[in-house]
Amino acid sequence: MFEYAPAPESRAIVDIKPSYGLFIDGKFVDPIESGGFKSINPATEETLAEIAAGTSADVDAAVAAARRAYDKVWGPMSGSERAKYLYRIARLIAERSRELAVLESIDNGKPIKETRDVDLPLVSAHFFYHAGWADKLDHAGYGDSPRPLGVAGQVIPWNFPLLMLAWKVAPALACGNTVVLKPAETTPLTALVFAEICQQAELPPGVVNIVTGAGDTGAAVVSHPGVNKVAFTGSTAVGRNIAKAVAGTGKKLTLELGGKAANIVFADAALDQAVEGIVNGIFFNQGHVCCAGSRLLVQESIADEVLERLKRRMTTLRLGDPLDKNTDIGAINSAEQLSRIRELTAAGDAEGAQPWSPDCQIPDTGFWFAPTIFTGVQQAHRIAREEIFGPVLSILTFRTPDEAITKANNTPYGLSAGVWTEKGSRILWAAQQLKAGVVWANTFNKFDATSPFGGLKESGYGREGGRHGLEAYLDV
Amino acid sequence: MTSLLASGEALARLRGLPGVDQVGLEQRAAGLATRSIKTTAKAWGIDTAISMVDLTTLEGADTPGKVRSLCVKATRPDPSDPSCPKVAAVCVYPSMVATAADQLAGTGVHLASVATAFPSGQAPLEVKVADTEAAVAAGADEIDMVINRGAFLSGRFDVVFDEIVAIKRACGEAHLKVILETGELATYDNVRTASWLAMYAGADFIKTSTGKVSPAATLPVTLLMLQAVADFRAETGRQVGVKPAGGIRTTKDAMRYLVTVNEVAGPDWLSPQWFRFGASSLLNDLLMQRQKLASGRYSGPDYVTVD
Repeated sequence: MFEYAPAPESRAIVDIKPSYGLFIDGKFVDPIESGGFKSINPATEETLAEIAAGTSADVDAAVAAARRAYDKVWGPMSGSERAKYLYRIARLIAERSRELAVLESIDNGKPIKETRDVDLPLVSAHFFYHAGWADKLDHAGYGDSPRPLGVAGQVIPWNFPLLMLAWKVAPALACGNTVVLKPAETTPLTALVFAEICQQAELPPGVVNIVTGAGDTGAAVVSHPGVNKVAFTGSTAVGRNIAKAVAGTGKKLTLELGGKAANIVFADAALDQAVEGIVNGIFFNQGHVCCAGSRLLVQESIADEVLERLKRRMTTLRLGDPLDKNTDIGAINSAEQLSRIRELTAAGDAEGAQPWSPDCQIPDTGFWFAPTIFTGVQQAHRIAREEIFGPVLSILTFRTPDEAITKANNTPYGLSAGVWTEKGSRILWAAQQLKAGVVWANTFNKFDATSPFGGLKESGYGREGGRHGLEAYLDV
Repeated sequence: MTSLLASGEALARLRGLPGVDQVGLEQRAAGLATRSIKTTAKAWGIDTAISMVDLTTLEGADTPGKVRSLCVKATRPDPSDPSCPKVAAVCVYPSMVATAADQLAGTGVHLASVATAFPSGQAPLEVKVADTEAAVAAGADEIDMVINRGAFLSGRFDVVFDEIVAIKRACGEAHLKVILETGELATYDNVRTASWLAMYAGADFIKTSTGKVSPAATLPVTLLMLQAVADFRAETGRQVGVKPAGGIRTTKDAMRYLVTVNEVAGPDWLSPQWFRFGASSLLNDLLMQRQKLASGRYSGPDYVTVD
């Protein structure tokens, strides 16, 4: 037997301070009221650092700093000058990518091969891409000299901490806005290193402000009267509250919320690659992906064969130490998330769907959930309707293309979908029928800075990335 | 074991094979290539890889002397370390089989020969059969045949099928490795079709390349063939081996192939009985890496034999 020896990435490259303050006006400062919380490593439950909990007074200070920077420096600055700072940040991220990848794995629990090969390259790509736009906004299709909005209040989730920061901060800065960002309370560390990178890049003080904290802090950011633009990625429930808080204030709002994406496999698909796409669709990042392909719709005539191949493939997935380069599936981000996954899988069980997992050694400490598939799932089951946000796949079948589309669209969400077929005309037909912001054909979970991303229905509104994403940060 | 199905039925089944998506296949291969193999896993991998090497010389300038020294090396790859495993086989042209057979007698190292008008395959069937019979008569216990790529690319699968059946018959007891020459098949779909065609016709091994055409073995092509043998066993119960050949020169490459064998076809294929490397220069790199693991230091090309 070929037992791969452990190949852990060294932690030595990362210097985690025992505690962190807030990053306001270009400096790390203590919060006005003392108090904070711990960020832990979900793979070991080890405490990594004490994080400050920002209150509304801190948010006031951050917004005031952002406003000053907007009025005095960043707003009046020429696009080409702003681009220089963004390029500098992009280069610094690329140079420090190994450090950031290791830190992201430690803080989030996701495998190093994903932070190293997916997250970090995309993070620096987003800054490079938007740096390119900074002096070309007149040509973005939003009229002559589109204006920035002012101060952007941004709240990001824990599943792709640094990537979501890049999606929010890069376009905001490129368009001339300043930023107050609140990272998720379980994964603030890479945002704090990003603050150091802003210092290293000599970004003018106040252009980027980072206020750590939990839900209250986020609420203070989005409801602050000095904020002109709110951007949020996270759960639909929180998104709904934010929409209510922002309604009538004149703030511009974009929401990128939950999903329950259908991954449709037609009988003529390239089966081995479709199986890879199913695996990538749901087990990438432990399923902590809003656009995860969490509902597999497979044509009945090949359902048994696909299931057999999928099970065989799942036996080769390696779960364990996120810093081991051979790890495919890392830790669940928090105890809270783990219990939510458990609750929903228990519901799947109770409602009569059949779970299956490969033999999988679960480490003694930390939060872990074995990759799981449910067969015999019906549209009416909770696991077919609610977002699980974990490595859990619901498998449904269909007989005709129309039935596939009907089932795929029968969800309150509309973020993404996947189509697997060797027939080009069917891809185009399905892409037109599917009510989803992104439809991937013969691939899944592909991201690019140049490609707009966002949802329909309860998956939110607005787009991030690409030319379309600029609109959210411009007065058009 | 001869052809599994009558030609007509085999050809009908080829039409039902699922397609291959190029992007997805190459992405999977790239993912497998990032597995990190070190320490004990690497030591195991190196010894396993050495035991899977078909040590090959296929030059017009081959002499009996060169073949003899290759055979000696095959038996004791690292003269300084008797614990080093033997390679799986020596692979030579039919004219060199008698020399090699003489030298390898009693060593347990197999003797493979490329027959059927290698590497082009452009000869009449009678000549190919005679080529094969001569190699077997001279002592080869493994025959590496090339398929008729011209017939394959023009859609005459029946011609390819019948040739493989005829050569398999001419092999007698010898194992038949069928070379698809994937570099000339142009598409991954063709590679999958040719793999199944060869297996239905009775191949004991399917092999990527002659080593005379570029590209020779690649990781995605080998992955695809490993998937094919795994699927073929699931369908028919018969296990077929895989041999990538040409262009695999480094230990790092060899480890990537072993990982792919392990994760795609499964651990059942991790033995010289079911997986081989067709290589000439790979062995020395494996030996140098083996010495490095043992001593903690890199040696150099003069610490392994040139042939």
